Amino acid sequence: MQYPLRDYRVLDFGWVIAGPLLGQVLADMGAEVIKVETRKHLDEMRQSPLNTSRDPEKDPVFHTTNRNKLGVTVDMSHPEGRLLLKEMVKTCDVVAENFSPRVMKEHGLNYESLRRIKPDLIMVSLPAAGSYGPLSHIVTYGPTVSSLAGLDSMVGYYGERVLGSQGFYADMTSAIHAAFAVLSALYYRNNTGLGQHIEVPQWEAAACCIGEAIMEYTINGRIIGPRGNRHPTMAPHGNYPCKGEDKWVSIAVKTEEEWSAFCNAVGNPPWTSEERFADAASRLSNVAELDEYVAQWTRNHTHYEAAEILQRAGVAAAPVLDVGERYLDPHFQERQIYADFEHPAIGKDIIAGLSWKLSATPGGIRSPAPLLGQHNDYVFGEILGLPQKEIQRLMEEKVIY
Amino acid sequence: MSDKALSGLKVIEYGQFYSAAYCAKLMGDLGAEVIKVEPPEGDESRRHGPFPDDIPHPEKSGLFLYLNANKLGITLNVRNAKGRQMLLDLLKRSDVFVENNPPKVMAELGLDYPSLSRLSPSLIVTSITPYGQTGPYRDWKGYDINSSGLGGISYGVGDPQREPLNLPVSQSHVQGAVHAASATMVALLARQATGKGQHVDVAEANVWAAFHGGQGVYSYVFEGRVRKRSGHRTPGFYPYTILPCKDGYVSMIAGRGHQWKRFLELVGGGEVPEWYSRDPRFRDRLEMSWKYANELDSLLAPWLMKHTKKEIFNLCQERRIPFTPVNTIEEVVNEPHLNDRGFFVEINHPGAGRFKYPGPPYRLSETPWRVERPAPLLGEHNEEIYCKRLGYSREELIRLRGAGII
Repeated sequence: MQYPLRDYRVLDFGWVIAGPLLGQVLADMGAEVIKVETRKHLDEMRQSPLNTSRDPEKDPVFHTTNRNKLGVTVDMSHPEGRLLLKEMVKTCDVVAENFSPRVMKEHGLNYESLRRIKPDLIMVSLPAAGSYGPLSHIVTYGPTVSSLAGLDSMVGYYGERVLGSQGFYADMTSAIHAAFAVLSALYYRNNTGLGQHIEVPQWEAAACCIGEAIMEYTINGRIIGPRGNRHPTMAPHGNYPCKGEDKWVSIAVKTEEEWSAFCNAVGNPPWTSEERFADAASRLSNVAELDEYVAQWTRNHTHYEAAEILQRAGVAAAPVLDVGERYLDPHFQERQIYADFEHPAIGKDIIAGLSWKLSATPGGIRSPAPLLGQHNDYVFGEILGLPQKEIQRLMEEKVIY
Repeated sequence: MSDKALSGLKVIEYGQFYSAAYCAKLMGDLGAEVIKVEPPEGDESRRHGPFPDDIPHPEKSGLFLYLNANKLGITLNVRNAKGRQMLLDLLKRSDVFVENNPPKVMAELGLDYPSLSRLSPSLIVTSITPYGQTGPYRDWKGYDINSSGLGGISYGVGDPQREPLNLPVSQSHVQGAVHAASATMVALLARQATGKGQHVDVAEANVWAAFHGGQGVYSYVFEGRVRKRSGHRTPGFYPYTILPCKDGYVSMIAGRGHQWKRFLELVGGGEVPEWYSRDPRFRDRLEMSWKYANELDSLLAPWLMKHTKKEIFNLCQERRIPFTPVNTIEEVVNEPHLNDRGFFVEINHPGAGRFKYPGPPYRLSETPWRVERPAPLLGEHNEEIYCKRLGYSREELIRLRGAGII
């Protein structure tokens, strides 16, 4: 069985990043994921900063996060649109959304309403801050959620200003936490027949990722701030400069055995036998000088060379790769972490592969991201059984829009 | 009927430090029975801290306590033949085996997937490693920073002229763990249909490169674009940045023009300030982002430095401007919103005492996330598991302890 989730259907209201990524995980594993969109408010990721054409059918970010999905266009602010969506919910196992908490409620599509028409429904919501609590109403973007959660306060060079993680970490981590919760709820439903509602506040999912820092504060009252690549117990530990422009190798030394392997690998220059680097505690207290010596060695090698020399000696090291190097790297090529195929709007397309490998039920990428409304006929005609004339009317009245 | 989502599920965890532990914790928190198998000297995270008053103690490591609540703990020397057999006996009675050891070590111990599958065809074996079970780097050694280096996340974080930054406090391990837990649930759903187990291969570097970093590959291949580090801001439009204010930093992203306009009106006391509206360079926010960002940062500084992050947060949110404070860890722990929601949980541990822990990443209405027991003391459940489950007598247990097997 290639597609282990092929018997499940998901109605995916997800937009931008967090919601669509959750749908992506389920769709990759074979679930029939129907993405609900409307031309009235296009998913922002149809016109992301990476979309140089500005054509909503040609956005590379959208193509990656929505592959394997079917696409319908329904205006949920239209009363008939809501009826149509409710008919679809009756045929689904899971409903997923990442709007502000008020949106689904205002449209009569919250869990309380939907469970009446589909009692064993599993519904998952990914609000920024949760559906209750004093800040449940706040407006955010994914990267600002990383700031709220405390992650960004620790990103910066040692003792310097905060730079922040500058990415969609909170979206990504809440999406995968949500995937685990939904899959667990399906497992439970298969055993008991019971559905439920799952709330994954992105702020809280992100805060769970920094447990060590939170415990440092609750145990010792110590606030971890920016500390660059310094590590509490490992030295050397960092990304060190290599031959070439903006090339770096990551090196981490934990045990004394690894330290002596490191010293051998770099040819035992005199500094490696200095007292101030003799054990982990000394190396940690003289880490700035240590890092400079390590860099003197790494600068003579390319990042791949440095990693290979150190790995041969038994030291943890890997090149720091940019996007192009990742695409071309032999390890990633063998593991097929990117996939290319034809997309009807742009021709040859390249998107992310899967996060994991399952030996018996691998899932896979079987269709490109949908064009706007591409599967209206299939979903409304075949799944809901509406006559073609009725679909036509709904389109003319901009219910299907 | 049980209100635990994963009730009845039996999980054996055999690994070190973070990823296997957090993966198994996610399952334990939803009701699976997790038995953590530690070597006699204990898991690495027992030596990692943070420790109360910085005094190392194997029962007081904050990281260990966080990652291992809701588990039973036993000690076992798997490198010993008898110990290995005891692990196999446990695996025969289990649904899931979570591990994060080097593939070479698992093969040496005869704990590779083909061997385990012969022992128990319905067993799901979940392996979390830096680089994965296949590919030329499978036997490379790796810590958190190496996974994020190879996976590409580090390349984009930090100052463009300086070294790339690893995300703090083990995010490669976190991502490996949550992806592994999800993949394990997929395998369990497949097993409900087929009755068969399988091998789940999760590589941290793979998760970074595909899930977190796969969106930019198209732009590289067809447009030659490589996203570099950009310090405290992200290129695209202005503002998409973190800036200092009176008492810390604020995170400022205005995806839509009206949000930016409302902020300028706030800064100008009701109207867009003249230094902005009269300057013809400040029309196109894309151009502003790559040409004038430093200048705009300094023009905003006087207003920002006059206000605290709390004031800025309140003033902005009142106007639906999506700016937020950059919370310090202290502020996160004391945040009224999180505390009102009951996000943090207090756990009393017999060896370490009572502390506040991060709570649920999600709320399930029918099958709540719950902490039912603190992290195990080293070997706390040896007697319960070895005597009651595997049928050893107390005398045998003493002999095994004497022989260094448990």
